[in-house]
Amino acid sequence: MNASTVLGQVVDVLALLLVPPLLLGVINRVKAKAGGRRGQPLLQAYRDLARLLRKGLVFSETTTWIFRAAPIVTLVATLLAGLLIPLGGGGPVGFEGDLILFVYLFALGRFFTTAAALDTGSPFEGMGAAREVTWAALTEPAVFFVLISLASWSDSLSLDTMLLAPAGPHAATLVLSAAGLFIVLLVECSRVPFDDPNTHLELTMVHEVMVLDHSGPLFAAVLYGAAMKLFILATLLVRLVTPHLADAWATRGVVLAGVLAVAVVIGVVESTTARVRLARIPNLVSGAALVTAVGFLLAVR
Amino acid sequence: MTVGVETHNGGVVATPAELAPAAFQARLLAAADAGARVVAYFGEGRTPDVTLTAVLADDRQGRLEVLRTRVLEASLPSLTPDLTELHLFEREVFERTGLEPAGHPWLKPVRFTRPDDVIGVTDFYRVDGEAIHEVAVGPVHAGVIEPGHFRFQCHGETVYHLEISLGYQHRGVEDALLRCPAKRRLHLVETLAGDTTVGHALAYCEAVEALAGARVPARAQAIRGVALELERLANHVGDLGALAGDVAFLPTASFCGRIRGDLLNLTAALCGNRFGRSLVVPGGVAFDVADAADLLRRLDAIERDATGAVELLWSTPAVRSRFEETGVVATAVAHELGLVGVAARASGVDVDVRAQHPSGIFRMAHIPPAQVESGDVYARASVRWLEAVRSFAFVREQLAALPLGPTRAPVGPLAPSSLVVALAEGWRGEIAHVARTDAGGALASYRVYDPSFHNWSGLGMALRSEAISDFPLCNKSFNLSYCGYDL
Repeated sequence: MNASTVLGQVVDVLALLLVPPLLLGVINRVKAKAGGRRGQPLLQAYRDLARLLRKGLVFSETTTWIFRAAPIVTLVATLLAGLLIPLGGGGPVGFEGDLILFVYLFALGRFFTTAAALDTGSPFEGMGAAREVTWAALTEPAVFFVLISLASWSDSLSLDTMLLAPAGPHAATLVLSAAGLFIVLLVECSRVPFDDPNTHLELTMVHEVMVLDHSGPLFAAVLYGAAMKLFILATLLVRLVTPHLADAWATRGVVLAGVLAVAVVIGVVESTTARVRLARIPNLVSGAALVTAVGFLLAVR
Repeated sequence: MTVGVETHNGGVVATPAELAPAAFQARLLAAADAGARVVAYFGEGRTPDVTLTAVLADDRQGRLEVLRTRVLEASLPSLTPDLTELHLFEREVFERTGLEPAGHPWLKPVRFTRPDDVIGVTDFYRVDGEAIHEVAVGPVHAGVIEPGHFRFQCHGETVYHLEISLGYQHRGVEDALLRCPAKRRLHLVETLAGDTTVGHALAYCEAVEALAGARVPARAQAIRGVALELERLANHVGDLGALAGDVAFLPTASFCGRIRGDLLNLTAALCGNRFGRSLVVPGGVAFDVADAADLLRRLDAIERDATGAVELLWSTPAVRSRFEETGVVATAVAHELGLVGVAARASGVDVDVRAQHPSGIFRMAHIPPAQVESGDVYARASVRWLEAVRSFAFVREQLAALPLGPTRAPVGPLAPSSLVVALAEGWRGEIAHVARTDAGGALASYRVYDPSFHNWSGLGMALRSEAISDFPLCNKSFNLSYCGYDL
């Protein structure tokens, strides 16, 4: 392992740690421009996190250790998942079969977030938790279909290696997988048209309502973890569709630019469409699962 | 056949003679059967000596009928089982006078004004069942809005029943109006519901002018009409933006917020206050229009921007699919509950004070009522826009040809032992003020009905079998006043 590879791995980890709040800034800037508003500064999310870290913590008397542990567990699980798909490829922690771990690290985070929501005993949070797990049951198969399609032509069960393998003749699968994955990204990161990260109306919320009772540094962990999840899913999406370049640094640059482009696309989507009715969301998400399933069938045909 | 005293919007009558309670109730039911609407129904005094007054509107004829009766007992058979729109009126009478409507199906506080009442502490309708859960929202809300308590009985995401409990902002304005010096009344009336400043001020001034026999100059009438329609425009445009915001449709949401500000600024150009405070005064208006041409220029720009922003709502399928078939209030239900204003017209009920009981400028210049049948959020949004379009035209027409002459006439003392009903079509709907003077010409009673009083139960019905996640959208499509209800 030479110095450049080590340096690359350090840069990948730093990007995973530092870039996520920037994505929120990019999305918000795009939305502001499209709406004819001046909007918040690009780096506002960093300031919000810094502000929350300086604040105190308030805990409801009805909550238990689950409520306090959840933001940390979720953040750590997300971080570990992120280490499995480095920007430039050739990450430090990949192993054969880690794609299962990748998906279930997110599931672990979700388990703790929803358990903490139920822990508060608030009817709002219980409702949000019910919605979250219902949709997750539909996004999970979509992600698995994408990953096993990749596995089928890369002959590997390690995420990093899978994403490095050339897609070759599987362009159709790639397009379908990317489309499905983009929908999963919007659902999982509570973006319009599935959720509205800006709403103050508890009855319409999904992800936001589950974390209403968190405050201070733990709330910062929640927000930071959510931004990181967006970054990871965007990285997965971009690495799926961009061809692997011989030079790892070039790949790194292309993928990072692609991740920012995904943020711009999310901003455009949020500026031009309305939220769909909550009752219709399971149909749309199962659509994503179906699309990726078709992609898988095409790949193994 | 009229049993009570017949009058019209702004018509003064001698305080009507009291009927026997049985005759009073029989006439009320008969008139309602014949299509009359209950505009006001209130009690004065304490049991066992309560005087009830009912005001019925015949919208087709543009006539009002006033009935009075004196009840010397502790209870009176409830009419609610036969006439649903009385349900809240009877509860209010019970709360204020102690006169019990015997057989009322859901007798509970309206504003929690009795000494032992704690606001919000009462029995709520409950649905039993294994998978039923109850969601309580408010009185403290996430946004900067007024306090109100909402109790949902849900099965999964579906609402079986919604009960709305208000009263948190009860200030006792109606009593304060009688106690305060006459000059202070206007300021109290303007704060009945701050977003309807002009509407309530107009109803109050028309009541006072009628009792004093004052004749408002033509120029003042026109300026009042302009102010009322500007208020409607600002609120309707703001509401359309807020509806877009609730479905996360940003373009219309951000543009309409700004355009609402522009419209409020037009009102500020009229009188120096964005909500039109102190513009409408007894006898006319306190401020003349100095530069109508400038107002017209600004109005043109605003209409262009508003049209662009709102057209975007109708042409975006994602928005329409959220608005259509959400929060439906059927025409029959709207009739039965006695809904008024935007909510009623969106459900195909033909009520509009400006057309059916016109006063002031609306006797001369007609604004055709907007009406849609479907009763959903889409209908309430489109009624708002249709009305906005017509209000733009009306304001332009009035400003282009303002009558010359004075803007204010003197207002003398009030006629003694008289009663007047003043109606105005505020932006939400029918505003009714009922004033009665004693033998000395002083105000003996003053009652206010904001359209919200009639319409909150419409929101409750709109949520039946609706998804709970669509409640904020339905609520915004009604956009009712809490303080206008709480008084």
